[in-house]
Amino acid sequence: MSTKSNSQSSKNEGKRDFLIVSTYAMAGIGAASVAWPLIDQMNPAADTLALASTEVDLSSLEEGQSITVTWRGKPVFVRHRTPEEIKLAKEVSLDDMRHPETDEERVANEKFIVLVGVCTHLGCVPLGQKSGDVKGQYGGWFCPCHGSHYDHSGRIRKGPAPTNLEVPSYEFLSDNIIKIG
Amino acid sequence: MLIRFLKSFPSISYKLFLLIVFLLTPFVAFSAGEKIDYPKQKWSFSGITGTFDRASQQRGLQVYKEVCSGCHGLRLLAYRNLKAIGYNDDEIKAFASENNVNTINDEGEIVERPARPSDRFVSPYPNDKAARAANGGAYPPDLSLIVKARPDGANYLHALLTGYVDAPAEKKVPDGMYYNKYYSGNLIGMPQPLYDDGVEYADGTKATPEQMAKDVTAFLAWASEPEMEDRKRLGISVILFLLLLTLLSYFAMKQIWAPIKNK
Amino acid sequence: MSKSKFKNPVVKWIDHRLPVFSFMDHELNHYPTPKNLNYFWNFGSLAGFALVTMIVTGIVLSMNYTAHVDYAFDSVERIMRDVNHGWLIRYIHMNGASFFFIVVYIHIFRGLYYGSYKAPRELLWILGVLILLLMMATAFMGYVLPWGQMSFWGATVITNLFSAIPVVGESIVTWLWGGFSVDNSTLNRFFSLHFVLPFVIVGVVILHLVALHRFGSNNPIGIDVKGTQDTIPFSPYYTIKDLFGLSVFLSLFAAAVFFFPNFMGHPDNYIEANPMVTPAHIVPEWYFLPFYAILRAIPDKLGGVLFMFGAIAVLFVLPWLDRSPVRSSQFRPIFKIFFWILLLDCILLGYLGAMPAEGIYVTLSRIATAYYFFHFLVLFPLLPYIEKTKPLPISISEPVLSGGSTASAFAAREKK
Repeated sequence: MSTKSNSQSSKNEGKRDFLIVSTYAMAGIGAASVAWPLIDQMNPAADTLALASTEVDLSSLEEGQSITVTWRGKPVFVRHRTPEEIKLAKEVSLDDMRHPETDEERVANEKFIVLVGVCTHLGCVPLGQKSGDVKGQYGGWFCPCHGSHYDHSGRIRKGPAPTNLEVPSYEFLSDNIIKIG
Repeated sequence: MLIRFLKSFPSISYKLFLLIVFLLTPFVAFSAGEKIDYPKQKWSFSGITGTFDRASQQRGLQVYKEVCSGCHGLRLLAYRNLKAIGYNDDEIKAFASENNVNTINDEGEIVERPARPSDRFVSPYPNDKAARAANGGAYPPDLSLIVKARPDGANYLHALLTGYVDAPAEKKVPDGMYYNKYYSGNLIGMPQPLYDDGVEYADGTKATPEQMAKDVTAFLAWASEPEMEDRKRLGISVILFLLLLTLLSYFAMKQIWAPIKNK
Repeated sequence: MSKSKFKNPVVKWIDHRLPVFSFMDHELNHYPTPKNLNYFWNFGSLAGFALVTMIVTGIVLSMNYTAHVDYAFDSVERIMRDVNHGWLIRYIHMNGASFFFIVVYIHIFRGLYYGSYKAPRELLWILGVLILLLMMATAFMGYVLPWGQMSFWGATVITNLFSAIPVVGESIVTWLWGGFSVDNSTLNRFFSLHFVLPFVIVGVVILHLVALHRFGSNNPIGIDVKGTQDTIPFSPYYTIKDLFGLSVFLSLFAAAVFFFPNFMGHPDNYIEANPMVTPAHIVPEWYFLPFYAILRAIPDKLGGVLFMFGAIAVLFVLPWLDRSPVRSSQFRPIFKIFFWILLLDCILLGYLGAMPAEGIYVTLSRIATAYYFFHFLVLFPLLPYIEKTKPLPISISEPVLSGGSTASAFAAREKK
């Protein structure tokens, strides 16, 4: 601030500068705090957040069947696995996996596997939900875009995808109802 | 410093006058509107520090649900919003699930499912025409914004709800119309909605029409302006900040200008 | 150009190639400003601040708004209820429009009082009137966007003004609407124009500032700056004064936004637009009321429209209507009185614009309208021939009066 060149007395200069500097500093603080509402308005609004969790009733999902539900604008795969599939998922060796995770880490109830149905490679939706779908070499899901093969636990076994299919946060509200998100 | 400012008052008084006249322009323009005279009620939410009365709002919700919602929608409000008037997630979920909303199932059929907290209040009629047809041609307005959408809204609503009196002898009240001393033209399509003990309040408050009118108005005032409490709270701190800045910048200005003024 | 103006090496490097810093230093820092400006000279920077506020909040609102007749009203209510801080941003934008007009109207009347439109600042003034016109167009279209009852019927009434134009009027209105009534096409084009016009305003404001900096600010005495002893650098003197003015302005603005956000609005605009039902009293926003009163004062459709636009058109030619060489009203005793009458006349017109067009109000509107045009078309050109002005000071820094009345100054200018 160029007050010095114009001030005639230099006695009170320290005090004067303090007043002036704090005035401009306060104006600056005011301007900065206005920025927050303008930025925050781009975050998800209350009605969007209200849809951030979905409840799914699994009672009509029979063994071997899958359903796809929408959660936060993305597909979520739920498969009711057969004992055979569970066995396969559990017994496989983790040694040669790209992203080693045990099946136990990926399920809350071993009968049901819940996955975000988005290939971790470049975001396509893998096949394998419908009975006629190609399920890939490991019987789980197969991404047709670039050929990623996922097993019964949604783990990447072959192809370009770097990680396993994501497991969303979910909980069982009762034996047959899960709340995703 | 302050004294000098006050002393300089006469010299700037005409400028102040000019400023005041200008600032008054919109006020003049607005007071020029329609003159309304509804009995003034004491509202907990009026004034710059006023807040809503939770108990009254909750009773108001009950009145809305048991009396108004037969004809009037509240489509801009979501069930989840009830959290703001003191309900918890489970209560809201139960409250919402008493209503049904249409959805499309996997076979493409329109089916009903219980409403969720994220759904908006279910309106009593599927569309405006159905609402009109069911009410002898009179459209029961949606109440989401009713307090903001009427001049002096809260007092108006209270007056209207308690304004059903016997029509004067010379006034002809046609079939399907009712006499209300506060409705413009006095003839309203809505029959008197509030009677003694029309609802049974859980908290033991006596459900007089007067009490119910106050409660449902408090509830609907909130429905119109759910941001009001946040707005006033933020407003007080913003104004305090600005007054401090005004004071600081005034003295900073006086100091910077001192060499010029003293010449 | 002095080489050592900037110490920071980065600034220095850039400025050598792209002299933006020199430009800012020259126009905002050292810019020589008359030392005797009063608080009315704060309103120019306040208007600039208001414009920026409107643009910033407007851009943010447009991120959440849907320009479709079925969704517009609900999307605005979603902003009010669900979007983070949405109510704050929308109330700032809504009340910001009113405060922008308050500030600009004070700015204009300051110009009228101190003769800021006179040579050599005619283009500066004309650009200002152009900004006013653009603001009015922008404000009008912005008011349509929430798609409430007043939005819809305001749009219907104002666009129908063009139907007064002979022969092509109806076609113009249909063209404006993009249909046979105000409908979705109208809403879409109004949204587009409401978004783009503010940037046109910014462009004209830049020209306004270029024109201002050509001769510098006028001042309360209205005489030209005679030398450096009459001026002070803009910074820090006027930056701190503008900051003080801004704080006062913001305090009032915040009071409106936080405690009376709907005071300057109309309750009917919280009812969704319904093309089948017209509200009992339709009134434009308060800042249009004086013009609305003039429109209704004339008992002829085309005449009313012409007079209404004429009320602004006279402002464009004002620099040539006013024949007095003395700028400031301080030295024009008779003009000063009429200035106050004009101000009260405009406020009266504003009041009448809000009243029903019947009985005494119509008569008063006609008198007030007549006075408005009398003031601009008769008083401005003729008063200087009658009025004996007070002696002018020699310079801003020496409040010594030059001898003789300024009737001679007037004669001197006539000779030129």
